[in-house]
Amino acid sequence: MRVHVDRDRCIGSGNCVMTDEEVFDQDDEGKVVLLENEPGAGHDEAVRTAVASCPVQAISAARPAR
Amino acid sequence: MTRTPDMPVHIRRDRFEPAPELGRLRTEQPVSRVRLVTGAPAWLVTRYEDVREVLGDSGRFGNSEDGRPAGAPPLRVPDAEAEVPRLWSPGNLLAYDPPDHTRLRRLVTGEFTVKRMRRLRPRIEAIVTEHLDAMERSGPPVDLVQSFALPIPSLVICELLGVPYTDRADFQHRSNIRLDLSLGLDRRVAAMREAQEYMAGLVAAQRKRPGEDMLGMLVREHGDEISDEELTGLADLLLIAGHETTSNMLGLGTLFLLRNPGHLAWARQDEHIDAVVEELLRHLSIVHTVIPRVVRADTVISGQPLKAGDLVVCSLPAANRDPALTADPDRFDPGRKVSHLAFGHGIHHCLGAPLARMEMRIAYPALLRRFPALRPAVPFEEIRFRMYSVVHGLESLPVTW
Ligand code: HEM
Ligand code: HEM
Ligand code: SF4
Repeated sequence: MRVHVDRDRCIGSGNCVMTDEEVFDQDDEGKVVLLENEPGAGHDEAVRTAVASCPVQAISAARPAR
Repeated sequence: MTRTPDMPVHIRRDRFEPAPELGRLRTEQPVSRVRLVTGAPAWLVTRYEDVREVLGDSGRFGNSEDGRPAGAPPLRVPDAEAEVPRLWSPGNLLAYDPPDHTRLRRLVTGEFTVKRMRRLRPRIEAIVTEHLDAMERSGPPVDLVQSFALPIPSLVICELLGVPYTDRADFQHRSNIRLDLSLGLDRRVAAMREAQEYMAGLVAAQRKRPGEDMLGMLVREHGDEISDEELTGLADLLLIAGHETTSNMLGLGTLFLLRNPGHLAWARQDEHIDAVVEELLRHLSIVHTVIPRVVRADTVISGQPLKAGDLVVCSLPAANRDPALTADPDRFDPGRKVSHLAFGHGIHHCLGAPLARMEMRIAYPALLRRFPALRPAVPFEEIRFRMYSVVHGLESLPVTW
């Protein structure tokens, strides 16, 4: 999946980091940092959970069109 | 004592369960009329999707009204000449809308990241061990609330903030009064003022000589972006929120697990504890409602028209037990994977969630492993639940082992 994060919206809840630390991280101000913008299929479920549990809808994910 | 037995439906509970009427409302009248404890009329929102919609849109549903938190009455205190304009101090994030909310919250989010919490882990583990040792030394029976559930989060937030733990008897007493919905507003406001004076003193001391703690960091790194009043209110919110909430989860959650031995085994194991904690958060939803929001412009939720200026509260237990969220929602099942709303939603989503999760993930298994035969020391019927508080929990929990 191709993941996109909107750092302006992010309020630093950490929900995404707790869901998948290989894909999401936080900087010193707590804002989300994307570690992988196209994580493998093994991360699909976690990414979907992160999208749903972000309190401010700052994460979106879609299958890359290929 | 002025006990008011008739709490509104969104605050009433039957032990671990929300009031059954709440479920009925969710099915039959998902947006209904209620009275807040202050007497103000408001809309009560009970469906999961509706609660997400309200909390997710801070433009349509704001937190502040004329510089006050929405729904807070302009207070008159009997012994005061002038009207007290604010129930909450400046700096209380829950009373702000963007852009001020964004500015203030940004100053502290860095202190609550998952990484920062991980660095705290050894210290939290040590605090948990100390309290378990003390319980073992004193021997059964002990009150689990006073010897475990309350002191652990309290000590953690005090150390984190830079508040002397030795002052705890006073501020714990004050915060109990402030959050007790059955007491008169005059008493609650008096306690709030004392708390603000106390915190203002700590802030003044930190301005002179900033410490290594969070207050010191705020003064050193953001000293010119935040006023003393805001800093006082922010620290006060963190102090209250930091120990009134996690402590209730630890007490109530432990009792729930003791009553459900099947889940107890899971809670002892590190590989399952995260799932158990999330399900306890969902199932118990200890924060009855989010604080009231005010409608900014006429709108509609689940077919119900709402007018600009109306107040809205969202029931977290009702939303978290909505069959539209998950099947068989009244059953406790750590196997669910759902995005529950126990920490709220939207821009006011709990700032302390990573800390609260870490505390619970450490404390439950440590307690249950240390005392494998832990059990209530009194019959279940005698255990006293907190019936009149903003946050659900136990008054006390006598245990033996
Ligand atoms: C500095 C911290 C806090 C103070 C001083 C404070 C104080 C108050 C006061 C004075 C009220 C009065 C309104 C009434 O009587 O209905 C109130 C209501 C409420 N507070 Fe807080 N609170 C604090 C933190 C929190 C936190 C952290 C939460 C949630 C996690 C919370 C949730 C609520 C809710 C849900 C109500 C509405 C109760 C109702 O339905 O009327 N409060 N609070
Ligand atoms: C299990 C424990 C906890 C629960 C269930 C909980 C629940 C909540 C909820 C539901 C809200 C949103 C209220 C609303 O939107 O009106 C909230 C906000 C907040 N919580 Fe917690 N909380 C917990 C622990 C903590 C801890 C340990 C801290 C601090 C160290 C904390 C600090 C805050 C703050 C500062 C806010 C306001 C955030 C904002 O307005 O931007 N909470 N919490
Ligand atoms: S879940 Fe959303 S708000 Fe929270 S850290 Fe991740 S992107 Fe930011």
